[in-house]
Amino acid sequence: MTECARAIKISGADIVTVAVRRVNITDKKKPLLMDYLDPKKITYLPNTAGCFNSIEALRTLRLAREIGGWKLVKLEVLGDKNNLFPEMIETLRSTEILTREGFKVMVYCNDDPLMAKRLEDVGAAAIMPLAAPIGSGLGILNKINIQIIRNQTKLPLIIDAGLGQASDATIAMELGCDGVLVNTAIAKAKKPFEMAKAFKNAVIAGRQSFLSGRIEKKVMGSASSPKKGII
Amino acid sequence: MKKKIKIKINGKIIKIDDKTKLSDLIKNLKVPLKKVAIELNREIVDKKNLNKIDLKINDKIEIVHFIGGG
Repeated sequence: MTECARAIKISGADIVTVAVRRVNITDKKKPLLMDYLDPKKITYLPNTAGCFNSIEALRTLRLAREIGGWKLVKLEVLGDKNNLFPEMIETLRSTEILTREGFKVMVYCNDDPLMAKRLEDVGAAAIMPLAAPIGSGLGILNKINIQIIRNQTKLPLIIDAGLGQASDATIAMELGCDGVLVNTAIAKAKKPFEMAKAFKNAVIAGRQSFLSGRIEKKVMGSASSPKKGII
Repeated sequence: MKKKIKIKINGKIIKIDDKTKLSDLIKNLKVPLKKVAIELNREIVDKKNLNKIDLKINDKIEIVHFIGGG
């Protein structure tokens, strides 16, 4: 637990996702997450990881709101136990219900521009498309789709799952994303603290690169030194 | 002697006195009230009303909190 808190600090993360689980009523000495990570210093984002239908997801987030009064939540309704892809029909329905109940819903979704638009239409607070399957470490598989989603929405766009190394985060930021959500790539790296630092630097580099306006891609070469005064 | 009833709390069956108040049960369990949410038979309980609820036989209580995890 302390290691996790340390990695989060090193990464410079603004938000940490949390899960709702049963309190251990027999071992009360077990420390609580809030003892390690002060919710006043870092934004807790309750999420529904592990929920496979709308009913479970809504129950989880209503409980989360009761714990801390948080309205900002992350919705994740999974559709398949093997690839952990989102069940988008249930996700869309849940987003609509939660938004009506006053939640601000950040939504884990497919990298599908049409579905991203539908989510925005029903009131999503942020679009969180996957880069690749959760925990796969494959990096951004469909850059074009992410770019299309970026161009069509002003909502915060955060790559949610599938990043494997720091450069994947740079690519996400260069595509114009507002952030990345990372767990496995840091937690399961051989040196998690070093990887946390690498991700921090990668996000900063990617953002600066995006804001700097990259050069146009050309098929042919063009000399970078002036021709004038050539000997 | 008071009548005992069985209830389920976080998946575990326990025996308590009949008509125990939910607030007393929570107090006995030493749960940090500010850091948890409580569900009684799938309905969220407003923490202000805990002392108004008498527990009945076969009640199902869930006490949850946040853990790290994405």
